Formats: sequence, C-alpha cells, structure tokens
Amino acid sequence: MATILNVSGVTKTYEGGHQALKGVDLEIDEGEILALLGPNGAGKTTLISIICGISTLTSGAITVAGFDHMKDFREARNLIGLVPQEINLEPFETVMNSVRFSRGLFGKPRDDARIEEILKLLSLHDKKDNRIMTLSGGMKRRVLIAKALCHDPKILFLDEPTAGVDVELRKDMWEIVARLKETGVTVILTTHYIEEAEAMADRIGVISKGEILLVEEKDALIKRLGQKELLIELDAPIDAVPEALSHYPLTLSDEGGLIYSYDAQAGHTGITGLLSDLREAGLHLADLSTRQSSLEDIFVDLVKEDAA
Amino acid sequence: MNWNAIAAIYRFEMARTFRTLVQSVISPVLSTSLYFIVFGAAIGSRIDQVEGVSYGAFIVPGLIMLTVLTQSTSNASFGIYFPKFIGTVYELLSAPISFFEIVIGYVGAAATKAFMIGIIILITAHFFVDLTIAHPVWMLLFLVLTCISFALLGFIIGIWAGNFEQLQLVPMLVITPLVFLGGSFYSISMLPPVWQTITLFNPVVYLISGFRWAFFGQADVALGWSVAAIVVFMAACLFTIGWIFRTGYKLRS
Repeated sequence: MATILNVSGVTKTYEGGHQALKGVDLEIDEGEILALLGPNGAGKTTLISIICGISTLTSGAITVAGFDHMKDFREARNLIGLVPQEINLEPFETVMNSVRFSRGLFGKPRDDARIEEILKLLSLHDKKDNRIMTLSGGMKRRVLIAKALCHDPKILFLDEPTAGVDVELRKDMWEIVARLKETGVTVILTTHYIEEAEAMADRIGVISKGEILLVEEKDALIKRLGQKELLIELDAPIDAVPEALSHYPLTLSDEGGLIYSYDAQAGHTGITGLLSDLREAGLHLADLSTRQSSLEDIFVDLVKEDAA
Repeated sequence: MNWNAIAAIYRFEMARTFRTLVQSVISPVLSTSLYFIVFGAAIGSRIDQVEGVSYGAFIVPGLIMLTVLTQSTSNASFGIYFPKFIGTVYELLSAPISFFEIVIGYVGAAATKAFMIGIIILITAHFFVDLTIAHPVWMLLFLVLTCISFALLGFIIGIWAGNFEQLQLVPMLVITPLVFLGGSFYSISMLPPVWQTITLFNPVVYLISGFRWAFFGQADVALGWSVAAIVVFMAACLFTIGWIFRTGYKLRS
C-alpha cells in the first residue's frame, strides 16, 4: 500500500525549553487505522497538532501524499480532517451551519446533500437543525467528526475520541471508525485505552516522552500476546530441566519449577503430551497455572524501559 | 485564493450579527438616539449654531464615527477572540486557508456590520435633524475606510487579548476617550489654543474632521491630512497583521 503520511525526524521544543517531541519518524499507509498509544503528556496531541498545522515543528519534515505540510499547506491540509480532543464547538450554531462552515473553510462549494449523507453516517441527521448547546456530549463529539469529514479528507485524525465518553458511546465510536475504514479513509487515533487500540487499529504505535517506541501490526502484537506460559510447580524442586524433557521449550522457574511457553492460539499446544511426559520423567505436580502478557504489560514494560 | 473559505467565514460572522440583531444593531441605534436627544435637543437648543451648521446636525458625523469606531473595533476583536476562547480556532489553523484570507473574512464581516450601523444611524439622524451631505462619495469613502481600518485594529486586539477584560480594554480606555476628545461634539476651534495643539496628536480628530467635511464642506484640519491619517493608520494595522502572520504570534505555538 502507498504511504499517505510521512513524518520524519520531527522534533518540537516549546519556548519554555520543554522538548515535547524528540525526533519522531512515522509512516502511515493509505487506508489503514493506526492507534497511537501513550500516557498523558507523551506527545500524542503535539504530534497531531503539528501535522495538522496548529503547531509549528522545531525540526524535521512532514509530507502528506507527497505534499510538504508547510510549503504545500493547501494541498496537504485538504487531505486531512481533525477531530480534536476537546469539544470545541460554537454553542449557539446549529449542527448544519457549523458543518457547512467547516466545509467552506476547506474551500469546498456548499453541498448540503453531501453534508446530510455524513450526518446520516454518524446518526446525527435528526439533530441537524438543533443548536449545538442542546446536544449531549456524545452527540457533540459526533458533530466534531462530521465537521472533520465534511470536506472528504483522506486522513482523519481522532485525538482521544472516547475520552470522557460512556461505554456505549465508545462502542459506537468503534463502529463509526470501522465504517470509515470501509469508505477508504485512513484513520490515526490516539488513545490511552489499550482495549480501544485493540478494537479499532490495524497497527499500533506506542509513544512515550516524545518518542515512538514501537509501531507494530496489531496481529503481530496479538500474537505476542498469544504467547502463554504454563507454570508448573513441583512437589520437589529441581535444579535442571530433565534430559527426557529437553525437546520441550522449558525453562526453570525461580522456585525450582518449570515454565512452559506455548502459543495459546495454535491448534496444538502440546500441553497434554508434556503432562504425560512429566509423569514419565518421575516428576510430581504440586500446582499448575498459566499467565499471559497483555498488551498492557508490553506497553507498561516499554514505557518503563524508556523511563529507565 | 480560497474564496469559499473567505465566504464561509464572512457568512458565519454575518449570521451571528443577524442572530443577535438586538444587541448588534438596535442597541447602537438606541444609544445614538439618546445622544441626539440629550446633545442635539436639550443642549443643542442653547448652542444654536457651530460654524454655520445647526448643533444638532453638527454632531451627526461625530456620533456616527463614535459608533462606527467602537463597533468595528469590538466586532472584529470579538470575532477572532471568540474562536480562540471557545477553542474552535483549531479549525481555522488546520484549514487550507492563509492568514490573509482569515483576515479578509473576519475584518470584512466586522467592517460590513459597522458600516451598516453607520448607515442606520445616518438614517435615524434624519428623523431628528435636517441633513444635507455635501460630498456623498467622500462621505462613503471615509466611512468604508474607517470601518476597515478599525476592524483591522480590532482584529489585532482580538489576537492579542488573553481574556475578556483585555478585549474591552482598548475600546474602553483608548478609543472612546479619543473619540470624545476628538471633536465629536464640538469644533476644535472652540477649544483654548493649548488644547487645540494637543488635540492634533489625537488621530481621531483627523477622521472626524474629514468625515464632517464630507457632510458640511468645512473641516478642522485640511482634507489631505485626514486622508493621510487614515491611510497611515490602515498601513500600520496591516503591517502589524503581517508581523502576526509571520511570527504566528499568540496563534500557532
């Protein structure tokens, strides 16, 4: 797939000297959904603000479909829609007028039919003549999305789309993103909810303290997650893996037991064979337990490593 | 040029004007009518004439200027400050639109509204006093240039202001006194000589003088000075806006 967004070596140092981004490189493919996962203050919003033109970068370069985001800002920004984290809306305007305004700002001629289509996609159509101040928080967030989509961007940034949103609305948001993907829109979302990244994204990037620590296919990450460990406690601790069991991926635990690593999603885990071989090797089991590293563990590990 | 964007900003701002018709249009008309009643009728009946013009008519250009200056400044400053305040400014900054286009949209709308109010006051004045306009084209030109210049000033204030107090500060502490002391209600020649000299440092004197010349054919200062004053003022505002654009002052972090 073609690269639609290229961020290379982007740094941002604020006037006070705070370095919010320390050389970010990121390549986004057309049509994918990337989740940027990171704790508060990691630089997620700063990065998005720079790409969208709200903040300036200190050094580095950004191209959107080959257009430099500063030199060719008109072409670049035409391709981008931004849904900000805060609900920033004109309270006294109607939904329709507010979306019309956004479409106009992006240089598009007035097209109410297209706007109504988008409102329908977001289940907002029956609210189109309501004033924004009369809408609920979730509806306001949809208005923000409609405003970001009304000029038919190729890339949509969703900055913490579900911050402060209840569970049901969060599920709705996931569904909306899935529908957008079907229409071919590239979506980059930031979140600090891991389950959200898991539910929506094709790829997951982890950002912490202004650096991207990892960008990986979600499936690869899930596979890594799929790695389970079977902890085998023995009646009598041993100090070496018995010769008879050497063909199993076994390691010794601190307590003199055994740890067996396997792929929980594979059809054949090998556990049954291992258990019978253990008995044959003359080992008596005291207890069994399994553990699985979650995306959260990986995430926390990465962020911790980074802090060290 | 992103004309659709300019039109979108312009329409959005004008829609606000029409939605808030009472406070945007009726209140300036009401306050001007009060000035007519107090200064024109009550005081004017004792003053008789100033430079051959009845006092009631004499104050019309000054009253229009008073309202137009305050209105264009406050409209434009509020127009750009409000999106900053509620956060919707992100949309302006992330749209494929140049700073220049943003200025045209906001300043254009603010100037249009001030111009409309100026014309409405002029019409209202007709109900109170007899008015003939000696140089209608010059009158309109002065009015338009004043609306645009002070809308530019308002735009700068709106960008600069960090809170609502600061937004009110310049109109209240600078513009209103300058207009009152700039000969809205009197001819400069009525002042003691020392004050006549001091008054010449007040830029609004030149605006009101030129505007009054367009009405009655007589001015406190030469017409050329009035035109020069407004051109210089507009140039200064444009220069400042250009600087804001280059540095991203208070807009782009």
